[in-house]
Amino acid sequence: MRVFEKNPLEKGLAERLREHGVSRRGFLKFCAATASMMALPPAMIPAIAAALERARRPSVIWLSFQECTGCTESLTRSHAPTVEDLILDLISLDYHHTLQAAAGEAAEAAREQAMRDNHGNYLLIVDGSLPGPDANPGYSTIAGVSNYAMLMEAVEGAAAVIAVGTCAAFGGLPAAAPNPTGAVSVMDLVKDRPVVNVSGCPPVPMVITGVLAHFLTFGRLPELDEYHRPLAFFGQSIHDRCYRRPFYDKGLFAETFDDAGARAGWCLYRLGCKGPSTYNACATMRWNSGTSWPIEAGHPCLGCAEPRFWDAGGFYVPLSVPTGPAQDYLLAAGALGAVVGGVVATSARGRVKAEAAVRQPVTVEELEQKL
Amino acid sequence: MSGLSSIPVRVAADGDACHGNALAILHEVRHALERLISTGEATRIDLHALPFGAGDEAWLTALLGTGEVLATIEALGPTSVQETAIPGVWLVDYRNAEGQRLALHLEVTCIPAILRTQCRELDTAVATLDTRLSTATPGGSHPLS
Repeated sequence: MRVFEKNPLEKGLAERLREHGVSRRGFLKFCAATASMMALPPAMIPAIAAALERARRPSVIWLSFQECTGCTESLTRSHAPTVEDLILDLISLDYHHTLQAAAGEAAEAAREQAMRDNHGNYLLIVDGSLPGPDANPGYSTIAGVSNYAMLMEAVEGAAAVIAVGTCAAFGGLPAAAPNPTGAVSVMDLVKDRPVVNVSGCPPVPMVITGVLAHFLTFGRLPELDEYHRPLAFFGQSIHDRCYRRPFYDKGLFAETFDDAGARAGWCLYRLGCKGPSTYNACATMRWNSGTSWPIEAGHPCLGCAEPRFWDAGGFYVPLSVPTGPAQDYLLAAGALGAVVGGVVATSARGRVKAEAAVRQPVTVEELEQKL
Repeated sequence: MSGLSSIPVRVAADGDACHGNALAILHEVRHALERLISTGEATRIDLHALPFGAGDEAWLTALLGTGEVLATIEALGPTSVQETAIPGVWLVDYRNAEGQRLALHLEVTCIPAILRTQCRELDTAVATLDTRLSTATPGGSHPLS
């Protein structure tokens, strides 16, 4: 893993905080919050303190393409550390066209200046997908420049790229069928720089800041999963970390949103919960300053941190019912005619049958014996 | 908006909502206590990062009870350090200046690290006292607070 250059003349975080009147206890508290934010065990706090004492402020350039600004909204709702801490003390946010005061030519000039001054060392954060190189660039431009051209120019001098939100990470809503703008993800285009995907629609705010804190603390990017997501936050499924899991294990499910099971807080699997196939940190980090999260509010997980979640079937269809390819094949069959349709439908049924043959049914009693 | 407290939402009483997820943590605390007694090794558990349901945390803290020591530290917002009724088991609640929780740790130790005088700050202790002594007037008001 690449370790990024630091300017030895620049002051470390601990020294900057001390100059602002923050005591050593305040610094240790900051480290405790940072450990929690990075999903690291509290035993790591002394190591985090030692690393943060030497941490420098990296330049950060944030590009927003085909997005709804929900990801920035999420970040600015982060509470540990506050976004003010993050932006003013930890990173030098040199370009973010939603948050910065400058506009028009001055804003673009600030971006170009930061790219020149920090060439090879700045962090590039992207939210939103963008029309690919073969799509009409007119679907999304900034200051007359196509998203594609702006991204590739900014990537040139970036140390690493962080794709924030499911749109930047996997294409998201703009890339959902029929994908009218030819939207692609950052990962589809950037091949010669490290790319970290912080997926979610929007991402958990503490996960965004946690990835930045990891970069600041250790000077390198965190360990990633097969979708380039940080394992510390995306290493376990929602289902595995869900407080309602004991009800699943006992076979206690809500069947409707207002039945006795729903009121008793039973598992939402049969109401379409995508927790078993979704990897994210909602169950532990929660939302709204750690107050709650969708499942605690009584709604199934939509699976928003996973690729193609918009096209993965109904949000309220249980996972055990084949929702993707089989239904697609059946719809195609209707359009193409009975003969071809028959073949395709048979193929789809064959797939379902084959999948059923290798399935390992487990009874509730067997599950309880294993616990 | 400074916090959720300004939203007029009333949380329904949910007295029996414990989901049983705290029991495993209590067993972990028991192992940590044995380790503290036999080797002196301290343990910290981040309760804020655990998959607790509504009621689990309240059940856990109620079972641990309240001990004799309660200290508050004012540094980047309040931090409360409370010894539970189990000697050596402390609840450390880190909050920011707006009162929002940053982390909640169970510490199994003789005294939590954040309560101790910080060695790094001892470097300036003598100089700070000297400054105060140099401006002090015997019998007069304190020069600095």
